[in-house]
Amino acid sequence: MLLARLAIRFERTGVKLERQRVKLERRRVKLERYPTTIVHQHSSKISKYISEVVNRMQSEKIFRVIKPGVLTTFQDLGRNGYQKFGVPVSGAMDTFALQIANILVGNQRSAACLEVTLVGPHLEVTAPDPITVALTGAGLEPKLNENPIQMWKTFRMEKGDRLSFGKHQSGVRAYIATAGGFDAPVFFGSKSTDVKSGFGRSLVGDDYIYGYPTEAKHGIGITNPPIYQKSVEVAVIEGPHTDFFTKQGRYNFFNSPHTVNANSNRMGYRLKSEPVTHEDNMEIWSDAVPFGGVQIPSNGSPIILMADRQTTGGYPRIGTVISSDLPKIAQLVPQGEIRFTPITVEEAQQRAIQMEKFLFKLERFKLN
Amino acid sequence: MHFTLHAIGDSAVKVDFADGVSPELNREIQLFCSKIGCAAIPGIVEWVPAFDSVTIYYRPQCLNYTEVCDKIYQINRMNIDRIECKSRLISIPIVYGGKYGPDLGRVAESNNLSENEIIRIHCEQEYLVYMLGFLPGFPYLGGLDKRIATPRLDEPRAKTVAGSVGIAHEQTGIYPIDSPGGWNIIGKTPLTLFDREKEDAFLFRAGDRVKFYEVSDSEIDKQVESGEFVVEEADDGSTD
Repeated sequence: MLLARLAIRFERTGVKLERQRVKLERRRVKLERYPTTIVHQHSSKISKYISEVVNRMQSEKIFRVIKPGVLTTFQDLGRNGYQKFGVPVSGAMDTFALQIANILVGNQRSAACLEVTLVGPHLEVTAPDPITVALTGAGLEPKLNENPIQMWKTFRMEKGDRLSFGKHQSGVRAYIATAGGFDAPVFFGSKSTDVKSGFGRSLVGDDYIYGYPTEAKHGIGITNPPIYQKSVEVAVIEGPHTDFFTKQGRYNFFNSPHTVNANSNRMGYRLKSEPVTHEDNMEIWSDAVPFGGVQIPSNGSPIILMADRQTTGGYPRIGTVISSDLPKIAQLVPQGEIRFTPITVEEAQQRAIQMEKFLFKLERFKLN
Repeated sequence: MHFTLHAIGDSAVKVDFADGVSPELNREIQLFCSKIGCAAIPGIVEWVPAFDSVTIYYRPQCLNYTEVCDKIYQINRMNIDRIECKSRLISIPIVYGGKYGPDLGRVAESNNLSENEIIRIHCEQEYLVYMLGFLPGFPYLGGLDKRIATPRLDEPRAKTVAGSVGIAHEQTGIYPIDSPGGWNIIGKTPLTLFDREKEDAFLFRAGDRVKFYEVSDSEIDKQVESGEFVVEEADDGSTD
């Protein structure tokens, strides 16, 4: 019943979009890059309708990529629902900053943004009409036509305007959102780039970025953006392999600082630590591994599993970083320091709800 | 069926089954997963079956830990038609040895068997897909004959091509996509295990049974190219 009603609603939206499309077609360039949007059997009928409707609307070139940056990818809230088939979730490393970027420009919170890593790209606006942009996350000295531009606040860009980044100041990952969202290939219901699994690729030079620009208010921002530290304390819920660790191992994990190795990436953060030792070589069966899971290989050096982690793993896990603290890790620079503190599930879920309330209020009332 | 629940961070719970890993437990796990699917609880995002556990991901903004645990006990008490999770038998053609199976000789040598004996033993068994993981569509297959178990390569390969069939310790598996890997590669299947362009993207599901058979290089290539190749798949409906 509900499904039928929603289907009708999407049909109506479809008609509206169809009219819009005819109008837009006169001035929009034919999209050739991403001819198909793939929808899979397992996604519901509703999402099929959505993507059919969206497909009818054509995207346009928003940016020309002058320099791609070191690792610039499309990320949203990830590929949910396919882990049972071994498909990694992927998605934004810092989902808090991503959602704020989307909210500020008036997009769905789950829309795809460009995730920029340490060294930002250099982009030139190619859209015929002005676009609305927001930047959140890491401080990478963003500039609009060589003039510094404020982050965590929407601003307007016109055809020919250039967005570039300078020196690294704080954090690791910045997010670029444009009102109306980006057009990127959809795999299993998500636009997140996951090169290893064959879903998309990172930006390259002389590329174009496509999207569906719409009008949005300028100067919308938040007053207290997060400050990214080089030394963070994060809370961990212990388990599931608590019994495998020695007393000394557990003591070292919670009482000594851990340093982030340079070979940390979107799959995992490798830490240099006082060894977190196992009881002995007890065998464990592979099981599902979550975002924030802390696995300990036999050398005793923890690995925090991040957005691009595999779906399952066979190393013992001492605990899981709580979801509201994951952005702190996502923004922690190489050689940064982490201290872990134990927390109860109840307390952690309270913090997750607090974060959700903040985002909800911002979304509904633009209040913070 | 007895199980214990463990919080995995603030957004997941692990259902840990007390029994040892076995085909029987795997059937129970598949049945349990069907029940979660049927129950369609708002706030439950997805679930991942493994050898002796199922991890359920949920939104703490919709359900707290106590509530999700209550739901899991309720789900477990549900009665659903066992037909919902009937097991399929899938036959997989493999070209063994040569350029497709560079480690067949190594596997034969380390087990004091001939290459033909390795192939015969590998094809004799029926395997069970305990779970998918590691790569999209990668099946963890149980049931390898211990006579052909072989330790991993000392030095993992930078690239193992999609379709490669390997042995590592007492497990055998197939690479769905190109990936670095340390398994002994004994052959290759021309089938696609993971096709992101297709509606039905995955060849395997947890709980499937798998049998291998040997084919020659040329006959299978011809069939696949002409589109005549059909995956043999039998629904026998048996669950017990």
